[in-house]
Amino acid sequence: MSDEIVQTKLENGLTVLLKEIHSAPIISHWIWYRVGSRNEVPGKTGISHWVEHMQFKGTAKYPAGVLDQAISRGGGIWNAFTYLDWTAFFSTMPKDKIALPIDLEADRMQNSLFLPEEVESERTVILSEREGSENEPLFRLNEAIDKAAFDRHPYRFEIIGEKSDLLTLTRDDLYTHYRQFYAPGNAVLTMAGDFDANEMLDRLAAVYQSVSARPIPSVTIQPEKAIPEERHVELSGPGDTTYLRIVWRAPAGRDPDIFPLAVLDSILTGPSSLNMFGSGSISNKTSRLYQPLIDRQIAVAFSGDYNATIDPYLYMMTVIMHPDHDPQEAVRIIDEEISRIQSGDISEQELKKAVKQARALFAYGSENITNQAYWMGYTEMFASYSWFTEFVSSLNKVTVSDVAKSASTYLNSAHRVIGIYRPYPEESEES
Amino acid sequence: MKNIQSIPGSDDILRTELPNQIVLLARENSLSPSVVISGYLPGGSILDPIDRSGLAIFLSLALMRGTETNSFEQIFRKLEDNGASLGFNAGFHSFSFAGQSLAEDLPAMLDLLNDILRHPIFPENHLTQIRDQMLTALAIRSQDTAEMANVAFDQALFGSHPYGRDKLGTPESVQSVSRSDLVRHHAQYFKPQGMVISIVGGIEPEKAADLIREYFSNWEAGPQAIPNLPDFPKVTKPEKGSATHIEIPEKSQLDLVIGSIAPERKSPQYQPARLGNCILGEFGMMGRIGRVVRDENGLAYYAGSDVNCLPLGGSWEISAGINPENLDRTVDLIRSEIQKFVSTPVEPNELSDVQSYYLGRMPLQLESNAGIANELLSIERYQLGLNYLRRYGDIIRAVTREQILETAATYLDPDRLTLATAGTLRGKA
Repeated sequence: MSDEIVQTKLENGLTVLLKEIHSAPIISHWIWYRVGSRNEVPGKTGISHWVEHMQFKGTAKYPAGVLDQAISRGGGIWNAFTYLDWTAFFSTMPKDKIALPIDLEADRMQNSLFLPEEVESERTVILSEREGSENEPLFRLNEAIDKAAFDRHPYRFEIIGEKSDLLTLTRDDLYTHYRQFYAPGNAVLTMAGDFDANEMLDRLAAVYQSVSARPIPSVTIQPEKAIPEERHVELSGPGDTTYLRIVWRAPAGRDPDIFPLAVLDSILTGPSSLNMFGSGSISNKTSRLYQPLIDRQIAVAFSGDYNATIDPYLYMMTVIMHPDHDPQEAVRIIDEEISRIQSGDISEQELKKAVKQARALFAYGSENITNQAYWMGYTEMFASYSWFTEFVSSLNKVTVSDVAKSASTYLNSAHRVIGIYRPYPEESEES
Repeated sequence: MKNIQSIPGSDDILRTELPNQIVLLARENSLSPSVVISGYLPGGSILDPIDRSGLAIFLSLALMRGTETNSFEQIFRKLEDNGASLGFNAGFHSFSFAGQSLAEDLPAMLDLLNDILRHPIFPENHLTQIRDQMLTALAIRSQDTAEMANVAFDQALFGSHPYGRDKLGTPESVQSVSRSDLVRHHAQYFKPQGMVISIVGGIEPEKAADLIREYFSNWEAGPQAIPNLPDFPKVTKPEKGSATHIEIPEKSQLDLVIGSIAPERKSPQYQPARLGNCILGEFGMMGRIGRVVRDENGLAYYAGSDVNCLPLGGSWEISAGINPENLDRTVDLIRSEIQKFVSTPVEPNELSDVQSYYLGRMPLQLESNAGIANELLSIERYQLGLNYLRRYGDIIRAVTREQILETAATYLDPDRLTLATAGTLRGKA
């Protein structure tokens, strides 16, 4: 499949990336705003996510309840995501219905109402969403780990926000945030599917030019370096399962060090997929940690994960422990494997496998038009589209010594957070 | 190049049956560098002995742990070195498999699939691992309010019917599954007859058929002990309403499921139930239920409904995640929506909206190889005919408001609803 795209910037500052794909009569339309929990301050955490919710609560032209029905009536799917660095809204539609999301996204870029009664109703919805997350032991563990892994950076707060902030944020707070960040100059429009790129560009320009340019607040956020020392977080709660999560500071998405880390991740824990839709997955039974953790029945499952972010975020390993073993045993095993890699004990075959796995995951993801439009916007948030198109060849250039160096630099046992969630001791459990 | 945008039908789906009664369905996607293989064999959890519930899932997890000629490590090297995947699962009525690889690796994938299906050895040390993994999965699930509300709902709704059984089993039943159970179950049920394979992606259908013949034609059909569908009881409506609660301490959110039974997949009421359900709890942001519970009253992050139509019947369930204090209010709102749904025809525009939704989203469902492969399996499983997807528009347009009302009234009796909740009911009676 061709990776050719059309890229331009409209007069109001809106960046547009278009990719023609004619495999199905579908178009996927995305608007990405460069705002997420990274842009939040203590006392107002969760505001970006709440603003995203309010974008579904209507404009004068498309009142609440009309938008979603109109998309569904057209046979489309739509949704939105708030992340650390960005907020994205997508609609994937039969191609003859694409005028609708174009018009409504342009409309809600500047005309969302934020009616006070809708804000209040959404407050309880978001509190309910947070309560749903709090039911999960790993959410609670992660919340504690993020606070230990960052001293000042906004990445220390969960995207959904602190409960105390969700109780006190006001309609004016939300509306101000919306007006500051939902501006064409702070947005990227990506579209993939069955259209002629030049014709589509004219259509988009005709609609989106009506949105006036607005100044974007300049944001200075100081990235954090490696976690200063080994830190420990321990929680307990109901249940019978012990979870271990270890995090280290990872390179930023645009840092070339991300590629050796991706290979390292693949070798240690199996490949992570950054695809969001219809990507398929590959098991990790021949990865380094499978034999010592699972075959020896120290743990029942494990995974590794990294994200491509604007500022350095985290590489994390998660282990679900076997009930008869202590997490410290898993920590020792992980340390031994990392140490082997740090000393250069890596085969060419392992590098080759990591590259082929990445190639396969990209092939699986490319079937899906929504995914194609996702990749254009996602990579634009922290680097550029070429990050995606060159990903496999970037991995191909990674050498044994690059991986060893990556393990020494990033997976250093003196600079990490070890988080453990333990079930309450049996005697205090009530049925 | 074939017009890959066309809806799959009899002129571009290859359906062929081997002498041993394996059925292959194949369709090419010439733009795709990869292929999807999926399929099923008759069997599944419905055949689990009562004291061995979870056996079919256990067996499906154990199949890939080694064969007479490939060790566990060799199996996964062949897959993971090529960026391929393959996995097995069990539903109520079948064992299923699904895999994906680059097109160039399809022959190796089929070779492996054939070996795993026919010659598994179930090594004892791996069975211990699987048992521990299943016990941990049960332990994790016991803390998951949404999952436990569903488990409680199914048990209360289906009662002693096989659909009321927990496919994952219980800690006791999983502990009791032995290697000899697996060996016997495999020998009894894993036969070529009734097996269906669907291959979709960057391979010509005739080449896919040649490969299937090459790897699977020497698998001889043998006696098979699977009871016929009519030998199983159909799902029946509970005689009265019920409420079940599973208390899970220290949970912020309570999950609830409320509903009743649903038509079987082959029933003429299947499509009216689907479209009606879409109006009730799916369309837009979760239909009428979502509008009342989430949008108008802000009571839940999610609230919607599902209709699950299996060969012997199924369930029609409305679910929501709420603060425990809002339980009574939410249930009242849902009951009132159900009352309205079973007593008044849906509005004409509601029906036309969901018809438009179902027709419009078809290209989205068919854009991926896996999406097409799943449709092909449904076509074969329910004998819908190779042109089903081309007739689909007419089928959807033929559903009427009266049919939806009649179907809703048949299955969703507001006085005989099953309610299940899971979470922490602090201070509640």
